[in-house]
Amino acid sequence: MTFINYAAREINCKIVYYGPGLCGKTTNLQWIYDKTNPQAKGKLISLATETDRTLFFDFLPLDLGTVRGFKTRFHLYTVPGQVFYDASRKLILKGVDGVIFVADSQEPRMEANIESLQNLDKNLKEQGYDLKSVPYALQMNKRDLPTALAADEMYRQLNFKGEPTFEAVAMNGTGVFDTLKAVAKLVLTELKKK
Amino acid sequence: MYEEEYQQIKDTLQRLQVDSNSKIVFLVDKNGQQIAAHGDMKGVDATSLASLTADNVAATDGLAKLIGEKEFSILFHEGERDNIHISLVAQRVILVVIFDEKSSLGLVRLRVKKASVELEKTFEELLRKSEAERGNMANRFDSPFAEITDEDIDSLFSE
Repeated sequence: MTFINYAAREINCKIVYYGPGLCGKTTNLQWIYDKTNPQAKGKLISLATETDRTLFFDFLPLDLGTVRGFKTRFHLYTVPGQVFYDASRKLILKGVDGVIFVADSQEPRMEANIESLQNLDKNLKEQGYDLKSVPYALQMNKRDLPTALAADEMYRQLNFKGEPTFEAVAMNGTGVFDTLKAVAKLVLTELKKK
Repeated sequence: MYEEEYQQIKDTLQRLQVDSNSKIVFLVDKNGQQIAAHGDMKGVDATSLASLTADNVAATDGLAKLIGEKEFSILFHEGERDNIHISLVAQRVILVVIFDEKSSLGLVRLRVKKASVELEKTFEELLRKSEAERGNMANRFDSPFAEITDEDIDSLFSE
């Protein structure tokens, strides 16, 4: 839920990166963290296992500046992608304002992408949201890999409502900010309607 | 949030901080948004503190449900120097007290209990007011975002 504090003139929005294990959600956040100037960001908090797999979430607060005199702050979260962390994923979706689905472009991972997307749909419903109406963007990550499936084929299989879709290589930042910007825009546009 | 209740909340937190001899007292909602704080917040990342507290409560809530409890209303974390006492108020907001050896768990629990009663009253009043006003608010309240433009949003990302 977007939190608008009229007294402090602040808007806080929560954006969640979703997707199958090892698709690059944390890498997206890491890139944003590395490329944002220090005044605009808080600490990147990673609750990960010893082997750097996300255990609970990564969290990055980001101050983007002001809109209509209101300071806008985005709270970026990633979920743990591995199937058995489903209870944690549900928790993280609580109060979400926008979702970025990071898909792994490697052909053998298509099944995992679809399974994760269905899982997102189910978990959002449990929280009382509808994937069809929630601000949402699709990122096709790892486009640089030789085993990457053709972009139009991925689009056909994963894009389901004409949502903004981006080709990305999160390791070198390609498409990372474009995806975030698209969802931020959708979230703020949503405020108009309220 | 109404000015009068906001002030009441701040007063309650201040009293709690003094009475319990603690370092920091703050209040967040269940989504991790800070409502108010009192104490020495210098060098503390308030945003992360608020978010992680809410996540912590949400995770504990999940645990409670798993074993058939409605909720665990108090969480306590003990450190070498500092300790954190987290409690739910009116099942809606989270009250956090950070204290060191100058205080004790017993004292904090006692004072938190007292403050919770006050906070509960304040929040009930807030709820009552906002429900009463909801009807006419819808008509005369203009959101500052009604006229937000694409340029406004683009400028956020211009750096």
